[in-house]
Amino acid sequence: MNTLYVARNTAIAARALGEETMVMSAADSTLFTLDEIASVIWDAADGTTPLEEIVASRICAQYDVAPEVALKDAEALVENLADRGIMVISDQPLAHPGR
Amino acid sequence: MSGLMAEMAAKALQHNIPLGVQLDLTYRCNERCIHCYLDHDDHGEMSTAEIKDVLDQMAGAGVFFLTLSGGEILMRRDFFEILEHARARTFCIKLKTNGVLIRRKEAERIRALGVESVQISVYSHRPEVHDAITKMPGSFRQSIEAARLLRSVGLHVTFANVLMNQNAEDYRGVRALANEVGAQCTLDPTITPMMDGDRSILSLNVDQEALRQVFRDGGLVGNVEEFCAAPPKVGEDDLDSLPCSAGHTSCYVSPYGDVYPCVQFPLPCGNLRQSKFADIWKESPQFKEVRSIHLRDMPSCSQCAHGATCTRCPGLAYLEGNMRGPSFQDCQKSYARTGIPSENFKRRNASAQPSPSLKLVQIQGLPPAKVAESSVVGA
Repeated sequence: MNTLYVARNTAIAARALGEETMVMSAADSTLFTLDEIASVIWDAADGTTPLEEIVASRICAQYDVAPEVALKDAEALVENLADRGIMVISDQPLAHPGR
Repeated sequence: MSGLMAEMAAKALQHNIPLGVQLDLTYRCNERCIHCYLDHDDHGEMSTAEIKDVLDQMAGAGVFFLTLSGGEILMRRDFFEILEHARARTFCIKLKTNGVLIRRKEAERIRALGVESVQISVYSHRPEVHDAITKMPGSFRQSIEAARLLRSVGLHVTFANVLMNQNAEDYRGVRALANEVGAQCTLDPTITPMMDGDRSILSLNVDQEALRQVFRDGGLVGNVEEFCAAPPKVGEDDLDSLPCSAGHTSCYVSPYGDVYPCVQFPLPCGNLRQSKFADIWKESPQFKEVRSIHLRDMPSCSQCAHGATCTRCPGLAYLEGNMRGPSFQDCQKSYARTGIPSENFKRRNASAQPSPSLKLVQIQGLPPAKVAESSVVGA
């Protein structure tokens, strides 16, 4: 996969609760929770840092996981979150994540 | 409550996080509802900058669900500036309004800011009944127009229908209207005392028979037999249960920065002009006291058959004089629902009907002249 940039959708409500993150999509009032590792990616999703770099610096540095496995899982996660309108993904840096 | 929501609430309780806050931006209002518990004069509302700072503090403390209410929120000229700031802090926001000041421009802006839902007060499907309750001619038409506009831009809308003597027959009509507009509908059968303790508006409450009928309306409560069933035996777990989320995972902030456990629980716990939100939440002796109360500690309620299922409001109990005691309005609801009197209900009825012999003693022992004489001596 090409370099992937991820950003939090600014239309989403979110708050850390312990190690997890609560996320509410106003569009359909659906409540989600992101687990500890998904929360790490969520926190780092600034739209300008490539996902590969987030995985290397924030996931592989803290958790005992092979980089290629972690990246594959992270890509599946952000695509899932993008499908639900929670995250925005692009092959270009995202300065202004959409609403 | 959904499974995930219950899980989040349990986690918030465990970490002492205020998951939800109702922030009233103003007590000023363009309506004068006959059942309203507020003083509508402005006694020194927080400024825009103060409210923004409070929102920042709340976000830092972990507040996720934020309800902006009043008074009428759109009476504040800085409302959208406040809302924009709150959304930038990623709160999940619900608005409570009468909708009178909402036109297409406002509806579109609320939608664009990612508000989760808007609650509008609707008292009847009949304009004359609604307007008589709000004391504002034309308010029904304006509120319903606002609801339609908000729906048309894709927002979730809920009608809040407060039940009282004046509209006791109209709740089915309000539900039908909500259905036609595409809104949800909630029904609240409790008129609460004013925040200053004045209980005169309680006379608007519907009577027991009306409550009984509401609780037996399958369209409202679902399975009537189940809803109105005799309460299960109170177990050990029930005795250790908490009354409600007030002060445990939620609280209320007034336009003056006063912090309370709930909008219906006016126990002052601190003021945001003097202390930080997190400090009040964590350190206030009043919050600690509220958190210490379990069903087991309540002398009357722990002995009551309704202990496991009662909707006892600690705020109403506080307004009746004892936050560890029963709330008579909730006792009335339990009775209307099941036909089984609560412990408190039984005691009240017993004390309201003194035995004939006691009555006879009073007549003999306290003739008017002696009462007067005693008063003079006492003075």
